[in-house]
Amino acid sequence: MRPKTFRGGIHPQYGKEMTCHLGIETLPAPEQVVLPMAQHAGAPAEPLVKAGDTVDLGQKIGEAKGFVSVPVHASISGKVLSVGPVSLPNGNVSVAVTIENDGEDRVFPELKAPGDYRQLTPERLRELMREAGLAGMGGASFPTHVKYNPPEGKRIDTVVLNGAECEPFLTCDHRLMVEDAEKVVTGLKALMRAGGAEKGIIAVEVNKADAIKALEKAIAGDPQLSVAPLATKYPQGEEKMIIRAALGRIVPSGGLPIDVGVVVNNVATAAAFADYLATGMPLISRVVTVTGRGVKQPKNLLVRLGTPIQKLLEACGGFAEEPGKVIVGGPMTGPAVYHLDFPVVKGTSGILVQSRAEVAGGESMACIRCGRCVKVCPYSLLPNFLAEFAEQGNLDQAEAYGIMDCRECGCCTFVCPSRRPLMQLIRNAKGKILARRRKSG
Amino acid sequence: METMLNPEVVVSSSPHIRSDVTTEKIMWQVILALAPAACAGVVFFGWHALAVIIVSMMAAMGTEAVTRRTMGRPVTLNDGSAALTGLLLALVIPPGVPLWIPAVGSAFAIAIGKQVFGGLGYNPFNPALLGRAFLLASWPALMTRWQWPANSLAWAGSHVDAVAGATILPLVKHGRLASLGLEIPLSQLFIGNVAGSLGETSALALLLGAAFLLVRGIIDWRIPTAYLGSVAVLALVFGENPLFHLLAGGLLLGAFFMATDYVTTPITPRGRVIFGLGCGLLTMLIRKFGGYPEGVCYSILIMNATVPLLDRYTRPRRFGEVAKGA
Repeated sequence: MRPKTFRGGIHPQYGKEMTCHLGIETLPAPEQVVLPMAQHAGAPAEPLVKAGDTVDLGQKIGEAKGFVSVPVHASISGKVLSVGPVSLPNGNVSVAVTIENDGEDRVFPELKAPGDYRQLTPERLRELMREAGLAGMGGASFPTHVKYNPPEGKRIDTVVLNGAECEPFLTCDHRLMVEDAEKVVTGLKALMRAGGAEKGIIAVEVNKADAIKALEKAIAGDPQLSVAPLATKYPQGEEKMIIRAALGRIVPSGGLPIDVGVVVNNVATAAAFADYLATGMPLISRVVTVTGRGVKQPKNLLVRLGTPIQKLLEACGGFAEEPGKVIVGGPMTGPAVYHLDFPVVKGTSGILVQSRAEVAGGESMACIRCGRCVKVCPYSLLPNFLAEFAEQGNLDQAEAYGIMDCRECGCCTFVCPSRRPLMQLIRNAKGKILARRRKSG
Repeated sequence: METMLNPEVVVSSSPHIRSDVTTEKIMWQVILALAPAACAGVVFFGWHALAVIIVSMMAAMGTEAVTRRTMGRPVTLNDGSAALTGLLLALVIPPGVPLWIPAVGSAFAIAIGKQVFGGLGYNPFNPALLGRAFLLASWPALMTRWQWPANSLAWAGSHVDAVAGATILPLVKHGRLASLGLEIPLSQLFIGNVAGSLGETSALALLLGAAFLLVRGIIDWRIPTAYLGSVAVLALVFGENPLFHLLAGGLLLGAFFMATDYVTTPITPRGRVIFGLGCGLLTMLIRKFGGYPEGVCYSILIMNATVPLLDRYTRPRRFGEVAKGA
């Protein structure tokens, strides 16, 4: 059977062979962590501690503010050095709590394991996912509990776990699925119970055969669960595309997965939920792939949140040569950074270092209307026209051509033979349109 | 380890990887795909044909350089588009023309057909075809002086003189072949051993190049399929041999290399189908009812003018878009 997929998309050089076979190594906790209050989409958490306070491992140090928000927990035990603004790789500024490690990893005494999900009510599970500080670990970091509280009249019938990991170079989810398949499946079952879903699907690109095998074994014939092998193609893991591929359902333009009865979570999010239920330890660490030709010894590392990315690079032997570009996340969507003090946050899936020779560039030329962007756009948009309208500042026309359907996967920019910054122009115009909407209320 | 990165480390917006296909590579691959047809032209019509090709390409590139410099814009010879236009123009004019004809034609194609509009990417009409139309309108006698390759008229027997001055399309159109009781072997038409424009006669050579472009994903199959398909169907409707219409004249060159020019054809999949169908319809109307024996050049130029409209009204339905009124 041909693996399922979607229309459009691209086949970049995957580069996953550098790390996909490497077991997850645990990075020792650093001397100091920086924990931003805005590690998730929505309202930043409110700090609960001040400089000089002593905190324990897993202790809540930031309280969720409003519904679309999650708490932040201490990823080490020690003394709070400061509470103040830091900049994030995506350009935003967030208040962050900096903690100095006392080396004791003293667990917060009030933490207790909620226990078996089957003994917990769906309502309780939804509260717990928030208490665990869960936000999507695939990169967008949307608070998980929000997805499980659908609006009136909407019902969840299927939970799709996203194990596509379509971003080139990243292998953190791959390794997690291979090494912790049981945990991923337990997390999925707990999520299904929380949402009242009768079906659970783990969607994985077929280039991860060992992960598919491990997951199938972990499912152990449960009739409600299945593994969906998907074609290896970017952006297979984009929410709407993975639903299209795994279930054949089409999320309406401007709509959400819940409109077709689906919630999508990253496999790492599910595993973190399973961890929390079993141990009571909230989300304080994650797997990060440190890779690229600019890294001496690429690795998959289990790291505490708040660890500066410099520590990860040091654990990998540092730069192999003068770096050309350092990217937090994958090469298609991750932001490039200019220093290495940025902390690992809930959505940090990788650190990619490109060599100088690899840095993509070239002069932007006029559009020759070749149509490659049209061909690859998963949303069937006309990126060339959208970028042109964006350049002209013609926001009305851009909206009429569906610019807000763009999910910024970057396929158009990847294929453009004239090296036009299509997605940057589109992203910029989208920002202006959103600002305009906010203004007009 | 320093935490501040060296200022030479690039910070830019995602995506950070690019496909290795560039405009430049595309243009040179199209030129490569035209090489068989150009070689066939030289084989059939002799060394003068090679001179026509060289002069045409040089004139196109020279005009590109001069016009860009005059306008104070970066000289974009490297993108290969001027060389391609020069080559295409050479392939669509008679092989025996004096050498100033391709020079003037290419200069017109680049200066008026392309740079006046802003250069590559902005011209509404196919520059090479515009150059050809200009030459045909200005020097009609020179542009319709045809030559048959040596020994290519054996099939005409004693009627050699009656057919030697024309290409095959007008001979058939005006019933001259039929009245002489002659029929041209289709195999000869296929390999290109007939009178015609320099690079249009050899279907074999053109199909080789076309296959290369299709396999490499450089041209979209929609336009040539719709174009050739509609020509074949209309030939049947008009009671003529579809194979003859596909092989004769400039159809294959036009359908695979002119009607697929990115800049002057639609960008939407449906728009491309309609564009191809329109080209086929106009070509057959001109061949059957028009004042000219051949209609490929004008049909493509006319359809070029409809491109903005086609793009506007054939936008693909967006993912998850609900039909209006549903």
